[in-house]
Amino acid sequence: MIEVRHLTKQFGNHLAVDDISFTAQKGEILGFLGPNGAGKSTTMRMITGFFPPTRGTVIIGGSDILSQSLAARGKIGYLPENAPVYPDMTVGRYLNFCAEIRGFSGTAKTQRVDETLDRCFLAGVRNQMVNTLSKGYKQRVCFAQSILHDPEYLILDEPTDGLDPNQKHEVRLMIREMSATKAIIFSTHILDEVDSVCSRAIIIADGKVVADDTPDGLRRRSAFHGSVVLTVTGAATDGARKRIAELQGIASVSVVESDGDRTTLRIFPDDPAVSVADRVIASVSRDGVGIDEVFVEQGRLEDVFREITTGK
Amino acid sequence: MQNGNFLRNIWIIMKREFAGYFGSPVAYVFIVIFLLLTGFFTFYISNFFEAGQADLKGFFQWHPWLFMFLVPAVAMRLWAEERRLGTIELLLTLPVTVTDVVLGKFLAAWCFIGIALALTFPLVLTVVYLGNPDLGVIFCAYLGSFLMAGTFLSVGSMTSALTRSQVVSFILAVVACLFLILAGFAPVTAVLSGWAPMWLVDLVSSTSVLSHFASIARGVLDVRDLLYYLSVMIFMIFVNGVILQNRESA
Repeated sequence: MIEVRHLTKQFGNHLAVDDISFTAQKGEILGFLGPNGAGKSTTMRMITGFFPPTRGTVIIGGSDILSQSLAARGKIGYLPENAPVYPDMTVGRYLNFCAEIRGFSGTAKTQRVDETLDRCFLAGVRNQMVNTLSKGYKQRVCFAQSILHDPEYLILDEPTDGLDPNQKHEVRLMIREMSATKAIIFSTHILDEVDSVCSRAIIIADGKVVADDTPDGLRRRSAFHGSVVLTVTGAATDGARKRIAELQGIASVSVVESDGDRTTLRIFPDDPAVSVADRVIASVSRDGVGIDEVFVEQGRLEDVFREITTGK
Repeated sequence: MQNGNFLRNIWIIMKREFAGYFGSPVAYVFIVIFLLLTGFFTFYISNFFEAGQADLKGFFQWHPWLFMFLVPAVAMRLWAEERRLGTIELLLTLPVTVTDVVLGKFLAAWCFIGIALALTFPLVLTVVYLGNPDLGVIFCAYLGSFLMAGTFLSVGSMTSALTRSQVVSFILAVVACLFLILAGFAPVTAVLSGWAPMWLVDLVSSTSVLSHFASIARGVLDVRDLLYYLSVMIFMIFVNGVILQNRESA
């Protein structure tokens, strides 16, 4: 378990991270979100022991990152922002170095390096210098060093940044595959990624935790959650709209878009947890109005994210 | 921290540094320039052949001045480059201590300069062929030169940790090395001895690599000279570690 306790970091007068506390269990993939400059990278750097917090500490699987730093760091795999790798080495030699410094030697070391190269699809560039590789490959090399020693805890700072859609997909698959036995914290700007990968998401803004929830839970915070979006065609839409508004359990109806004889309505229920789609559809068909499209809005993470981090 | 781990970590870091040196043109450029410059100064400025003496004084006397520029050029990338690339973040989050890393990097660079120094061996062969030199003196001078290079390197490594700009690191290190040389340079001490008490002149000149190098290069292996070099190196490496541990940014 990763236990972040009252982590605070002050740079001069600027409070970059302000009393952040949370935990991440094994089996969990924790998405770490926030606008640029919110303190994501600073928090991750403190979790990995790169620099000491002004106040607070982090416990990595029982080892304190400050007082038992080496033990704690040994359990972590870390992918820093922008995936730095030494440019003047071959991929194979670099991973060999990582394996050695992590305490592997002999055949165990060779096996580790070979396995990791295969796993990250790097076997083909094993003898290539890092500075001749494309951004995507460099990212994968850096990712490879973070999982090489099969760490219990993975800290990934924007692991899919700069990758093409296929590579993003691969990295996400890898993260999901590994999550069963590890606790993974990763930061990202891509909210879809949170949806497809994370079991929990933490949003930070101005150095504070402003939300800590599952992706579904976050979505439920959207003002649009549970609303029915209905597109109807025909002339009699005005009447249909009035009758919907009069139905039981409906809070309000608004027109999203009206284009000739096509009208899109958004119907807000009194209680987002109780579906009103059935009743709405029944009412509309009774009126003889054609239904083009209907769906129940789950809420979009982007909206929630914007609302939480900017208050708008 | 057990001893075995400590030495093992230092050794692994040294190996990686070496791979980095020889994986880029840095190593080759440095060695070639060093050999060309020492050759030029020895043969054309010191007139090695015309001097008619079977010793390497004309070779070693240039070392403080050459190292003043060349050693900071090796040292400047030690930390500034890691900071610029961001690799320092990986290096310092590995399960190794700052001491391991600082010593590993320092020793790798020092060995590298040692290799460049050892490649001047044809000069030794030449004097042995031409005359009957005192090999003990030559050995001492090599040792003194190596220690001086290490001293400059420790200064450069420290200034490199201060900044992410290699240029700034280089200039700071050159100035610091220049100071270490000039404090014992005859024209400077002459100016001082005009008005300052003798003990002050001695104190200033004793902080200089030049005076310590001169006595070793004459073949006098004094413990005080060795202590001087080692204490400057240890102090600078210690400061280097402190700077790294207290850094507030990548």
